[in-house]
Amino acid sequence: MISTLRAGLARGGIELKQTLTTPSDLSSYLIPALILFATIFFQRDAHVPGTSFSLGASTLPGVFGMGIAFGSLLTVAQLLTVEREDGTLLRAKATPNGMGGYLAGKAVLVGGMTVVSLLLQLVPGLFLVDGLRVSATGWFILLWLVPLGFLATMPLGAVLGSIFDNPRNMALVTLPIFGLVALSGIFYPITGFPGWLQAIGQVFPIYWLGLGMRSVFLPDSMALVELTHSWRHLETFGVLAIWTVVGLGLAPAVLRRMARRESGSAVAARRQRAMVTVNR
Amino acid sequence: MTLTGELDAGLDVPADERVIDVRDLCMRYGAKDVLAGVSFTARRGEVLALLGPNGAGKTTTIEILEGFRMRSAGEVRVLGVDPASAGEHWRARVGVVLQSWRDHGKWRVRELLKHLGTYYAPYSTGEIRRPWPVDDLLDVVGLTAHAGQRVMRLSGGQRRRLDVAIGIVGRPELLFLDEPTTGFDPAARREFHDLVHRLTDVDDTTILLTTHDLDEAEKLSDRIVILNDGRIIADGSADQLSRQVTGLTEVRWTRDGQRFIHAAEDATAFVRQLFLQYGEDIADLEVRRNSLEDTYMKLVLDAEGGAR
Repeated sequence: MISTLRAGLARGGIELKQTLTTPSDLSSYLIPALILFATIFFQRDAHVPGTSFSLGASTLPGVFGMGIAFGSLLTVAQLLTVEREDGTLLRAKATPNGMGGYLAGKAVLVGGMTVVSLLLQLVPGLFLVDGLRVSATGWFILLWLVPLGFLATMPLGAVLGSIFDNPRNMALVTLPIFGLVALSGIFYPITGFPGWLQAIGQVFPIYWLGLGMRSVFLPDSMALVELTHSWRHLETFGVLAIWTVVGLGLAPAVLRRMARRESGSAVAARRQRAMVTVNR
Repeated sequence: MTLTGELDAGLDVPADERVIDVRDLCMRYGAKDVLAGVSFTARRGEVLALLGPNGAGKTTTIEILEGFRMRSAGEVRVLGVDPASAGEHWRARVGVVLQSWRDHGKWRVRELLKHLGTYYAPYSTGEIRRPWPVDDLLDVVGLTAHAGQRVMRLSGGQRRRLDVAIGIVGRPELLFLDEPTTGFDPAARREFHDLVHRLTDVDDTTILLTTHDLDEAEKLSDRIVILNDGRIIADGSADQLSRQVTGLTEVRWTRDGQRFIHAAEDATAFVRQLFLQYGEDIADLEVRRNSLEDTYMKLVLDAEGGAR
């Protein structure tokens, strides 16, 4: 068990180093950060309605929160489908305790990737955008919010990645999630939506991660523009914890079912199908 | 003609020597029987080649033995354990080389072997030290010069040798090789054959091999099992099979510049007779038993003819 975990950590470390030294991967970290700052730059004269607070500064923390949810959920789902197709998962299955090591490695890799892209947005953000500050309580909140955010979203990504076994069908996952982002008050305040849309938004972790991040980086007076005029830390913790329990409860069974179906001929059949799709 | 009766099957091999023991294995998908009562054994240190046309059930059989696929019926023991319910300890004693992998493309060769080796360390025993030290392993498969290379930059043959290296990094007691030399050039093939001999001679590894290269099967294997349409139609050494198929051996010679061909029941007796009769006049003598390819074709055609 301990040795499996250690192998998984080593694996995650190696893969993190690989992705950070692969130019094409690096651009996928940098480009979103650049787009984000371009957007904020053009919004620099806009203000949150009814206040003198800059719109860019109020959006950015929510984007951090979305990044955690997005990064961990989509990346895990994507890696699982791609690595099922190229045989990485079958390799893990053919190795003693390989699946455990594989999953631990993925958690480290995806956690690391998300933290890196978060830092790429956070560090310039603190310099370029006026009005962001982190108090002592803010740091404390970050300390539970970020890990809990991973735990709430990564297992969901693993479940989605297990269900969709064709990387080219991933759009079925990504599109609804983009829709959900729109509902989650990241770019547009959730208070502007009708009640039933607000309710849907508040079921999922993205809204709460955005809210939690805003509570960390924005002055407390900004809580007034949120629902119930408060940061609702307890509710944030509660909803994310429920998703964590659901995800961690569901993921092992779904992953096991997926792993059971892996075999040489399954990988070969998937490859065959991929070639047909590509050549079409 | 059926050979399965007398081969029913490997009962002469003592139970504790049987690394693979398959009895009446059946696999059914919907209404189709992919495997209909397959029985065979493999003893320790033996190289067993599983041959047969595409769709004969080779892959299904090997995947059941690898523990990657459930079976419909029958008894299967691999290293004394049922692969369907075997644990990680069993997994550590088995090596798998599949037809083609594209995994871990960003990893470097040495890095990957070292990492995968760590999973086997807890299963090291006094007799079998696991994992295989990376430098030795790189040397054995001839990848020392490419140790620092990313896996995706390897040529087809190098990639295949890496797959074999990964398959044996845990020093398996049983190794599955699924069409291991597809895409090899003749030199790489020769090196691979030497590696297989090394594994069986030095480490007493049991190997189950599938291949379409009958020449390779003849060179590498101690025993050949031919599957056709979900049944075993032959089981024995290449020699035994060729004897069982026709019993006729082709004898060619020249006498006074004239060529002769004769299909003899007992080639030795025939040739002795030939020399008694003509002595010094005989030249260019060739005695050719059926090649494995002839035997194989005949067995498969007979089996298909019988089924019709």
